[in-house]
Amino acid sequence: MEQLDLGHISLAIGFLLILIGFWGLLTQKNIIKIIVAFTILDTGINILIVSLGYIVGKTAPIVDNSVEQLENHNVVNSIVDPVPQALVLTAIVIGFGVTALMLAYAMKLFNAKKTLEINKFNDLKW
Amino acid sequence: MLKNTLIALVIAVLAYMFYNVYNTYETRTSLSGVAEYYATNAAKEVGAANIVTSIVVTYRGFDTLGEVTILFLTASIISFFLKLKEEDENKSIKHGITSELLITASQVLVPIIFLFGIYVFINGHLTPGGGFQGGAIIATGVALMIMANPNIRINNHVIHWVESISGVAFVIVGLFGIVLAGGFLDNRISGLGEFGTLFSAGAIPIIYSFIGLKVGAEISNILNKYQKSQKEL
Repeated sequence: MEQLDLGHISLAIGFLLILIGFWGLLTQKNIIKIIVAFTILDTGINILIVSLGYIVGKTAPIVDNSVEQLENHNVVNSIVDPVPQALVLTAIVIGFGVTALMLAYAMKLFNAKKTLEINKFNDLKW
Repeated sequence: MLKNTLIALVIAVLAYMFYNVYNTYETRTSLSGVAEYYATNAAKEVGAANIVTSIVVTYRGFDTLGEVTILFLTASIISFFLKLKEEDENKSIKHGITSELLITASQVLVPIIFLFGIYVFINGHLTPGGGFQGGAIIATGVALMIMANPNIRINNHVIHWVESISGVAFVIVGLFGIVLAGGFLDNRISGLGEFGTLFSAGAIPIIYSFIGLKVGAEISNILNKYQKSQKEL
């Protein structure tokens, strides 16, 4: 078996978290548990995006002594891809907003029916 | 039964797709074109040691303005949904005895947490951190305060003013970029300063401080709404 590198490990963790999140979304009945599953799915996707920017043996995209001490002494040859990391920042903020809204809706739903079981919310079911 | 089978099928198909992607994936060995441009020119053009920060605040600054707007929208919608009446603001929630450890720890830790949040957003252009992260750290301090004393009164007026002023100031700093430099949100409105020091990278520390204050105020506002709008059973 070939040597595992960080890119493959984080890719596998990201895929695993996405699967756990989907499973939770499809099977759980409690609204809070569904929200938790959603955040796990969110985290998995974020790890996936960051891992796509990983480059073997490179360091974080911050230009300081640790980059300048590398042998090739060149920023282009010593950092990982900064673009996915910048995009993940956007994704995290949007994920936070969506989670906060879902929790507010969950509070409203609980106040209406005094329960969080999703099967009890059958007003639109015929 | 049928439902469980369908769920298992969906998960299995997804897992098979992911497995194929994982098997054929090869970790990259060089930067892509746009990343190479950033790596070569970011230090020279923007003057920030953290290249991710220079992308977030300057190259893609408009995107960050959108992010701040999304957070503002979230806070507004939550305020709309969990509308507080006068009696909700002033009522006292009956709660069990709060642990002595939690109360003492919150008195010691909250100022340090605030200080650390401010450190993180002021040094956003030098260290891994920035406005959003610093704001979130400040909000954890507020969460600790609420947990230690569930009846705490958080001053809504201060939060609203901090949020509005820092939001407007972010846009005004961006507009200064049109007048004094190349365009909207350009950070070269003053000299870039010495590379790698606190007062470098032009407008980035200013913009990130405003973003940090705004994010911290918004998340604190959301936490306060959650705490105040809960009803007793």
